[in-house]
Amino acid sequence: MKIQTKYHGEIEVTEFLQFEKGIPGFPDEKKFTLIPLSDDGVFTVLQSAETPQLAFILSSPFNFFKEYDFQLEDSVVEELNLESEEDVVVYSILTVQDPFEKTTANLQAPVIINSKNSKAKQVILHTFDYKTKHPIFEKVKG
Amino acid sequence: MLVLTRKNGETIKIGDDIEITIVASKNDQVKIGIKAPKNVEIYRKEIYDMITSENQQASKDISALLKFMSKSEKN
Repeated sequence: MKIQTKYHGEIEVTEFLQFEKGIPGFPDEKKFTLIPLSDDGVFTVLQSAETPQLAFILSSPFNFFKEYDFQLEDSVVEELNLESEEDVVVYSILTVQDPFEKTTANLQAPVIINSKNSKAKQVILHTFDYKTKHPIFEKVKG
Repeated sequence: MLVLTRKNGETIKIGDDIEITIVASKNDQVKIGIKAPKNVEIYRKEIYDMITSENQQASKDISALLKFMSKSEKN
């Protein structure tokens, strides 16, 4: 299926992610696709399949935060029909800043994907350990 | 907005599946217990609003990233 994208013009897509409940702020956006942005695989675009101008920059949080760790609640495991931890793919939505070195990752609400069935959800963690703006280029003090 | 006054231990029923109980209250803090089906998501609203606002910011212009990428590709 061909879709219009924000940063990649028109592309052919065969695999879509289903966000059954949309994402906070965009409750009607339920279909997205992942498009690599950088050659090293560090940055990926989460492109809306329905709204060409809507796209987010994602990165695996473990690229920048090796200690990042959290528990998924049973309700999320059920909602995404997750059967194994190995099927879980985690991304953080980045808020790109100018200069780029000030870019932050939202560690409080990771995007969780079930790689087996392509169901996805932005999960708001109830822990107070993580916030919405973690600079990706600063080492955590402690 | 429907406003009800409840005492500690009293409960409010919302629809068929949701119940809210005042567990304790002290000074200006209230402990609220919520019974709801697993598929109903419950958040502190200011946290939910923060995530929404962060998503909206994140969906905007990323020219700084594109600049950064074209710089590293030249190296």
